[in-house]
Amino acid sequence: MVKLNVSKLNDFFAAIAAEEKLYIPVDSADGAAFRPYEAGMEMSKACNSTRSAKDFFFPQVENLVNFKVDHNKKSIEIIDNRTEAEDFVIFGVRACDMASFEILDRVYLSDPVDSYYKNRRDHGVIVTAACGRPQETCFCTAFGIDASNPAGDVTTWFVGDDVYFKANTEKGEALVAKVAAIGESAEEKPVEDFKAGVKFMMGRLPIKDIKLDKISARGLMENFNSPIWDDEFKTCLGCGTCTFVCPTCQCFDVREFKTNEGVIRFRCWDSCMYSDFTQMSHGNNRVSQKERFRQRFMHKLVYFPNNNEGIYGCVGCGRCLRSCPQSLNIVKVAKALGGKD
Amino acid sequence: MQEAMIARAKELLADGSVSRVMGWKKGEFSYDISPAVFENADQLVDFVYDDFCGANVSKYLINESKKEGKILAFLKPCDSYSFAQLLKEHRIDREKVYVIGIPSYGKADINKIRAKGIDGVLGIKSEGTDFIVDTIYGEEKIAKFEAMSERCLTCKSKKHVDVDEMMGEEGEWNAESKRFDKVAELEAMTPDERFEFWRGELSRCIRCNACRNVCPACTCVSCVFDNPNSDINNKAAASSFEENMFHIIRAFHVAGRCTDCGECSRVCPQNIPLHLLNRKFIKDINELYGQYQAGANADEKYPMVNFTFDDCEPGIVYKRGGNQ
Ligand code: SF4
Ligand code: SF4
Ligand code: SF4
Ligand code: SF4
Ligand code: SF4
Repeated sequence: MVKLNVSKLNDFFAAIAAEEKLYIPVDSADGAAFRPYEAGMEMSKACNSTRSAKDFFFPQVENLVNFKVDHNKKSIEIIDNRTEAEDFVIFGVRACDMASFEILDRVYLSDPVDSYYKNRRDHGVIVTAACGRPQETCFCTAFGIDASNPAGDVTTWFVGDDVYFKANTEKGEALVAKVAAIGESAEEKPVEDFKAGVKFMMGRLPIKDIKLDKISARGLMENFNSPIWDDEFKTCLGCGTCTFVCPTCQCFDVREFKTNEGVIRFRCWDSCMYSDFTQMSHGNNRVSQKERFRQRFMHKLVYFPNNNEGIYGCVGCGRCLRSCPQSLNIVKVAKALGGKD
Repeated sequence: MQEAMIARAKELLADGSVSRVMGWKKGEFSYDISPAVFENADQLVDFVYDDFCGANVSKYLINESKKEGKILAFLKPCDSYSFAQLLKEHRIDREKVYVIGIPSYGKADINKIRAKGIDGVLGIKSEGTDFIVDTIYGEEKIAKFEAMSERCLTCKSKKHVDVDEMMGEEGEWNAESKRFDKVAELEAMTPDERFEFWRGELSRCIRCNACRNVCPACTCVSCVFDNPNSDINNKAAASSFEENMFHIIRAFHVAGRCTDCGECSRVCPQNIPLHLLNRKFIKDINELYGQYQAGANADEKYPMVNFTFDDCEPGIVYKRGGNQ
């Protein structure tokens, strides 16, 4: 384990940024947000970023291919505009978001592999940061996630005036070697004490033990037909904010944008909360907001675990609790669905 | 107030005057209140009315008034303007709604409390002019006006429109509200500065459509931005120009109908001050067509769909510096 005084953190950032793109969370008008590092930037102290870190591997908008149309020659040229093969480092990812990558991997890295996603995964180095100040909306523990000991290529702990680094992978070793050059080797003890402190705090969080076993014990159809859906959805705006801020929401749509010179084919996030989600020529699968609302929560709490050895499609980051304009969210739904005590 | 409201709702449910109640429901913590429809007296155990009931419930009455039976709606002053505007647009069946006006002394905004560095909020108690905030890291105190949402600090009216019954005290129109100050500041900028300001704000938009979906003036059954045949229904913007276009078109479409309820800015997960766009339109309408408040009266014709010989000419744009 290597440690670095926080005052030297920016030297470390500068050393990385000199070689590849580095993103760190900084405070901005819309809360903490990952931004490309520039000299003098200060890392945010917020518990987590407003938008999730999935954006790095699964961005909201991604150009897939361009077509150049020449009307005179009656030709269509296909132009490769892919950019996802650049190396980058993300610093300060929390345990919940790290766990969300594993969920996204199950979707995008299983057959057929999504090469856009895979390239970004291969070219990204993830430096996680253990949580020192969990919030009331955090319930990662409900999914067995340890906020004090996140995975990633490198794990860091902010303890007092020092940042402790531990490499977990080969990519991580290379990065930690850069810390070693300006830092010093360190004992494990302070980190162990810190972890115990975090665990104590996690145990005091108010929504940490939503009980999901009851939902899982019930059959799919029983959950699907539960009367709670008639009530819970009523004031949902169908805005999709919850799906956009969610680190595990994985749905997308492929669209085309026409310009004078040709066509940009891009993909963008989609949301099951939208009326045109999965629309087909016969019309729509889910015609009412109740059905759309149910889809979101059934997917996270029932369908995903059914297809993935019991792993839920939620990591308890609490973003949908903080961002839903009408304060509807997965915790309220899970409790209503029978996970209360 | 809350107890009196619950008691009155129970009375009206019991004597059959109404069959449902539109109000607010308590959450996990004290600030995460949801608007809700209560189907019977038993469900009212979760009914709340306190400093965090900022959500405007009027738009829900469009659908609720299509159902069987009458619904009781508790409306704050700002909600009642939206309600009256929706009546004017024939969106709500007035016969199906029993409206009780309730006072509002300003609603709190959890994000402002968090911005003051108070985090891990579990519960909030009102104590005189302060909030006592219980957090996982200990107790904190914040003055209410510091926690109050922007729209409430510049509230236009504490007086209701079109209620069947009033509970608590009726307020007054507030001619002194400073709601156009920020617009005037933007007007004083050079066009380039203003462009930069809006670029900075709108470029953060994630196009979740929360602003549109919550807006009581946005009641099109199918929005042009959701129409797959419109060529502009992209779920994300391929360029930042498109993002501006979405907001500008929306602002034009609600011009003269926006009551300035402030919901768009409240719901935006990216903290974009959308109300400033609409307030610019309101200010211009006031200046060019005479004082007008959308929703103040359910029958009056509104300037955007009316013609009078005193109306300004299109050339006003040049006079006001649009050719710079
Ligand atoms: S649950 Fe909330 S955030 Fe999600 S679509 Fe409904 S209103 Fe929007
Ligand atoms: S459903 Fe909500 S709490 Fe769960 S991962 Fe998504 S945003 Fe986070
Ligand atoms: S179906 Fe809905 S909840 Fe599931 S990943 Fe897609 S958008 Fe998210
Ligand atoms: S949910 Fe857990 S891992 Fe995520 S920010 Fe909160 S405490 Fe940290
Ligand atoms: S609510 Fe905010 S982020 Fe969402 S579409 Fe409106 S302006 Fe954009």
